[in-house]
Amino acid sequence: MAATSEPHGSAFSAAELEFLAEDETIEIVPNLRMDPLNFISGDFGPFRPQIATQVPLWLAVALKKRGKCTIRAPDWMSVDAFPIENLTQVLEAERDSEKFQPLPFHYVEISRLLFDHAREDIPDIYMVRSLIEDIKDVRFHKIGTGLEIISKERTYALRLKNLSAMEANIVRPFVTKALETFYKLSSSEMIQESDHISNRQPQAANRGPRRQLKDR
Amino acid sequence: MESGSGEASAADDYESLISTTDAELLKRAWRNEKAAPEILKFELNLVQRSRQQIQLMEEMVDDFNKNGVDPLTVSLYQMDLDRTMFLLRSYLRTRLQKIEKYVFHINKTSELWNRLSKQEQKFANRCDGDLKHHLEQSVLSKLPDQYQSHVRQSAASEDDDMVPEPQLDTYVVCRSKRHLGAFQLDDGGEEPVNIEADDLYALPYKSIKPLVESGQIDLV
Repeated sequence: MAATSEPHGSAFSAAELEFLAEDETIEIVPNLRMDPLNFISGDFGPFRPQIATQVPLWLAVALKKRGKCTIRAPDWMSVDAFPIENLTQVLEAERDSEKFQPLPFHYVEISRLLFDHAREDIPDIYMVRSLIEDIKDVRFHKIGTGLEIISKERTYALRLKNLSAMEANIVRPFVTKALETFYKLSSSEMIQESDHISNRQPQAANRGPRRQLKDR
Repeated sequence: MESGSGEASAADDYESLISTTDAELLKRAWRNEKAAPEILKFELNLVQRSRQQIQLMEEMVDDFNKNGVDPLTVSLYQMDLDRTMFLLRSYLRTRLQKIEKYVFHINKTSELWNRLSKQEQKFANRCDGDLKHHLEQSVLSKLPDQYQSHVRQSAASEDDDMVPEPQLDTYVVCRSKRHLGAFQLDDGGEEPVNIEADDLYALPYKSIKPLVESGQIDLV
């Protein structure tokens, strides 16, 4: 947690995003007996051997490191389980469509934490890992091409549908600066325009019709 | 206006109090504070409650250690404690960074000044004095008379043009837990943005500021 981000470059550091992701709940199967834990962040347990229970990821990882539980990989991390959306399908859909597929908000961080600390608990780990890598790559590429749209059309608001925490954080500095610049340029353009036009219109009305809400 | 928004947030506080833990609220306050360009209202009650909980938990962990409770359990409680303390520290520190950066602006704007806690106000006063003293000592006193103000470029300036201010028209990434429907960005004229639940949007901070203050939208 040592690395804290500068305010306003990108708002959060990777470590801070991981910190947030560690609060997501995950199912574990403990192999010890332990009373319920009454934390500031909530109550968890009781823990009984072989009885599955929901805990935050950080707790799961802490127990896992000490060999006190196995972690159940979340449903979305399966290669081809019927009937739930699985990674193979997600990757295909991600490649076929311009839209982003719904994935957990912290999918990058969660999968990374599980790969690092619970590799033997994830079925088909190599497959899962490469699928998530591929999905990540396809999405990042899409983000890149998607950003070109900002420059082609006037954009005053951007909808980032299904973008994950890490992805949003990475594009944040660029997107916010770009939108800001367009916003400023369009206002100064208007000042020039209004200098020439005798019948001057209020700024907002002038800017209005051109604003596009991009569904990205 | 000031008291009105206060009531709204108090009601909202209550509403979220029954549905959300303080840890969750603290996380939200931290995220908002980190992502917002300007300093937000100090979450006095939340910080007080969090402090009490931390203190209680610290005492509990001490008792655990004395009474020979299973070290694994103790270490897990300690981890939870550390996470909460990190959030609280980072929240307070983010605010101090903003105060340092915009101290002259905050000190002369009563709306912003009132958003600070008592301790933060004390800090801002000292920071203001120190910075001013430093600027005068190192540079301003050596300049010609009309250039000696620490808030103005020269005596000819019409207003305080050397005071850094937060950029409120900067864009932020935000998310709402509820469907907010059509939302007018600013100034009117433009077609409203339809804010759906759980979707991310990049919007100008200025136009969603009231929604951040009333807790309807979270910065991420």
